[in-house]
Amino acid sequence: MSDRLSVLKTYKLYVGGKFPRSESGRVYEVTDTEGGWLANAPLASRKDARDAVVAARKAFGGWSGATAYNRGQILYRVAEMLQGRREQFAAEVAAAEGVSPAAAAAQVDAAVDRWVWYAGWSDKVAQIAGSANPVAGPYFNLSSPEPTGVVAVLAPQESSFLGLVSVLAPVIVTGNTAVVVAAERAPLPALSLAEVLATSDLPGGVVNLLSGRTAELAAPLAAHQDVNALDLTGAGAELATELETAAADNLKRVLRPRAADWTADPGTERLLAFLETKTVWHPMGV
Amino acid sequence: MTFDYAPAPESRSVVDLAPSYGLFIDGEFTEGAGGGLRKTVSPATEEVLAEYTQGTADDVDRAVGAARKAFEKWSALPGAERAKYLFRIARIIQERSRELAVLETLDNGKPIRESRDADLPLVAAHFFYHAGWADKLGHAGFGPDPKPLGVAGQIIPWNFPLLMLAWKVAPALACGNTVVLKPAETTPLSALFFADICRQAGLPKGVVNIVTGDGSTGAALAGHPGIDKVAFTGSTEVGKAIARTVAGTDKKLTLELGGKAANIVFDDAPLDQAVEGIVNGIFFNQGHVCCAGSRLLVQESVQDELLDALKRRMATLRVGDPLDKNTDIGAINSAEQLARITELADAGEAEGAERWSPACELPGSGYWFAPTLFTGVTQAHRVAREEIFGPVLSVLTFRTPQEAVAKANNTPYGLSAGIWTEKSSRMLWMASKLRAGVIWSNTFNKFDPASPFGGYKESGFGREGGRHGLEAYLDV
Amino acid sequence: MPTTVPAYGKEAAGRLAAMADVTASDGALRRFLHGLPGVDAVGLQARAATLGTRSIKTSAKAYAIDLAISMIDLTTLEGADTPGKVRALCAKGVHPDPTDRTTPKVAAICVYPDMVATAKEALAGSGIHVASVATAFPAGRAALPVKLADTRDAVAAGADEIDMVIDRGAFLSGRYLAVFEEIKAVKEACARPDGSAAHLKVIFETGELETYDNVRRVSWLAMLAGADFIKTSTGKVAVNATPPVTLLMLEAVRDFRAATGVQVGVKPAGGIRTTKDAIKYLVMVNETLGEEWLTADWFRFGASSLLNDLLMQRQKLSTGRYSGPDYVTVD
Repeated sequence: MSDRLSVLKTYKLYVGGKFPRSESGRVYEVTDTEGGWLANAPLASRKDARDAVVAARKAFGGWSGATAYNRGQILYRVAEMLQGRREQFAAEVAAAEGVSPAAAAAQVDAAVDRWVWYAGWSDKVAQIAGSANPVAGPYFNLSSPEPTGVVAVLAPQESSFLGLVSVLAPVIVTGNTAVVVAAERAPLPALSLAEVLATSDLPGGVVNLLSGRTAELAAPLAAHQDVNALDLTGAGAELATELETAAADNLKRVLRPRAADWTADPGTERLLAFLETKTVWHPMGV
Repeated sequence: MTFDYAPAPESRSVVDLAPSYGLFIDGEFTEGAGGGLRKTVSPATEEVLAEYTQGTADDVDRAVGAARKAFEKWSALPGAERAKYLFRIARIIQERSRELAVLETLDNGKPIRESRDADLPLVAAHFFYHAGWADKLGHAGFGPDPKPLGVAGQIIPWNFPLLMLAWKVAPALACGNTVVLKPAETTPLSALFFADICRQAGLPKGVVNIVTGDGSTGAALAGHPGIDKVAFTGSTEVGKAIARTVAGTDKKLTLELGGKAANIVFDDAPLDQAVEGIVNGIFFNQGHVCCAGSRLLVQESVQDELLDALKRRMATLRVGDPLDKNTDIGAINSAEQLARITELADAGEAEGAERWSPACELPGSGYWFAPTLFTGVTQAHRVAREEIFGPVLSVLTFRTPQEAVAKANNTPYGLSAGIWTEKSSRMLWMASKLRAGVIWSNTFNKFDPASPFGGYKESGFGREGGRHGLEAYLDV
Repeated sequence: MPTTVPAYGKEAAGRLAAMADVTASDGALRRFLHGLPGVDAVGLQARAATLGTRSIKTSAKAYAIDLAISMIDLTTLEGADTPGKVRALCAKGVHPDPTDRTTPKVAAICVYPDMVATAKEALAGSGIHVASVATAFPAGRAALPVKLADTRDAVAAGADEIDMVIDRGAFLSGRYLAVFEEIKAVKEACARPDGSAAHLKVIFETGELETYDNVRRVSWLAMLAGADFIKTSTGKVAVNATPPVTLLMLEAVRDFRAATGVQVGVKPAGGIRTTKDAIKYLVMVNETLGEEWLTADWFRFGASSLLNDLLMQRQKLSTGRYSGPDYVTVD
């Protein structure tokens, strides 16, 4: 046992590419599964959520307008950065979820691989989700997927890191920007992921990470008129119903919670959930 | 002497209307459970066409039960067999298209030229297109053996009664679902005739059930615990209410709602065709079109020329008897809709926009509104923001492509948009920037069963038509 | 909008002179023609098709049939034409339906230059014009002096109207000013010694120009050069008059009048064979230009077999029975 006192990290939110404290000045105690103190995490407020939406909206034009190749490169860069900090994340996951170091490391490895999987989708999703439509007339007619916009994501509660990556990567790879509410009781891996994102050429505001009470943060996000979609993965049934009801006010696209095995092959469901299909008609004539 | 077109009315004798209609449940017409009868009138004359049944919650329950019972066998049929039923329906629609076109014009008020040349051909095409999917679903990109959802509750609007039925029923049946369909309160007749087409096609009992009634019937359907899917086309307001109703359930939901589409004309546009596109965009079907090009955004440098041409063209529109084959603009669908259009147009005037209509004589009875143009409109005017759903065009201007995009997207809606330019790189740039589900470039209001249709933002979600439209009726 | 003057009148020249800057050089003319609004082919065709669905019945149909008959340039342009054939055609033009003297006469008889004198004589006193094709019709491939001589010869023989063909080769290779100057020269050759002039119809052979953008450009070019009528086709190539091409020319005429005040006529020719077709064209005129153009002074059909179909339909309207080819005359 070294007698050197280690330097602890002050965990902060990640909003608009910056690392602010909660504007409310509040924090809450994050513990390991045994109840031991790990850190004080920001207890983000409704105003933090609002600021995150503003940042996400501001980033949307640039991120959705970037080439798919560029977005893929950046997601792959996230994987690279994460790989380099594998041990840190394994330790954080182990502490947060009370799993063995080996199991935690396996989760981090899976998370790295997930970034790689989704990185490769950036320039392929339009080819599987788009179509050339043979209409009965002299028209060129093409359907292509486009990102929905600002997506509020309630990260899964039970899988603080692999689950988080599994819901976040598919949202942003297609050009959406995200406001993510981290797992309420285990937000530290998520807040640390922000440090990886910030050093991976990901433009500020594309991902905004909040820690705090899921229900408190989700309510304003579900009701926010400038949020286009809502991933309810991290909400319980009762909260999910409330949020889906609130989301109807501006007809957000809602992904309902369902049981998930985060280690399984993710498929394309989440990738396709936050896309709009745009169909363009143009006459063909001389 | 002038070249006046003599009246050329389509004969209504091809339509044999019963005095009164029941509900089509489990393969037969039955009496309702005490909801009473309603009247449907011809909006062009206010003549009562027939009585129909006000479906109640009990009726809806009975229909859902019939659909549930039928689902087991229908979904288990080989796709090729379901396909043949849909092909039969498509053919019968073609055979009876004259009758159905006249019926649609009688009940809806739309010109016979449109029901004959647009609605009915598209209705048949929609069944043909989806018939072919029924045995090819494993190739549609939703896995090797995608499953149907179950019973679909479908609520459709009055603007394209039979076409919206086709958009709902054809993909649902192709995918192996059974349906309970609620037609609009003011236009129930073509759906009731469709029941007879199902009979002629030998469609198994309970696969298609039609429950007529008002909004309360629709609410009972959307809220029924026995359905697996709600598909709604109509107003954004009702769409939101339905979204709240299904929140927290396992029901899959698709919504095709309102719009306030920008039709953007650049100074290098093919002007004569742009004028046609503007006219078609807002006056087709009396402007009762969710994707209508109700906001004309014209580049300032070509504004005068374009508006002169547009007014000249509007002066040639023929408003009147919908059954006359030369009528371009028919009747407003209901007194209620007429009141809404009138109120919004009056608000446009009161807010300072300049109102113009060509000289045109409107019939004495029925519901009518002259084609109307508002100039001097700003983004803040109600006529620029609210869906009017009538033959009223608001004209705004822009100076640069950036400004055009900003103004076009400055709406909670996002269903459609039009771009008029001869410069293809600008067209593609604009098309990528506009936040709308359907972009018509150098054309407008084109529809095809192979082409996905649906909106961004408050115009709803999900797509109808094409491979994409199947997703709404598959468990994926 | 400037006041309207006819293209064949004295005042038109002044109006065209006001546009002289756009025809001052090949470059200026090119810039002007290429600055005209583009044409979207699909949209144009769709508009023409929609107008084609108008249902013209009863009294409107009777009116349209008589109007169409009165607008016909009854045409024979065959190598085998003889004075006898031309005289028979003239007789038919005067009394299209020998059994019904209320039938209107046609607008003109259209022949080759060497038949002008025969036609003129046969039509004397009838009020029917003699139109002559000229300028090395139909290909137009001859030297300018030959074309001018061809024109002067027809005018001298008594032609009231000259149907010239443009040099499509020059147009397609972008030598717009050459086409312009040639039309101007032919217009001058239409002058008679007494100061009057034969009216000039300018044939584009739109089937060879192929694109609608070309049709709009050539329409303006010809009108700027002094065309009294613009005409689609010779009838001698695979694609002749079509509804969309004619609609586009009607729009050009409309826009030219709005810009200059000069009223120009339009003549679709070739391929219009049935009453139904003819009525579609009249509907296009009615809804694009209005009644000002609904006379033989401003709209013509270049046709031959169309007349008999109009006559049979006319008989049907007056008797209630369907007629047959034995009840109209072969020419």
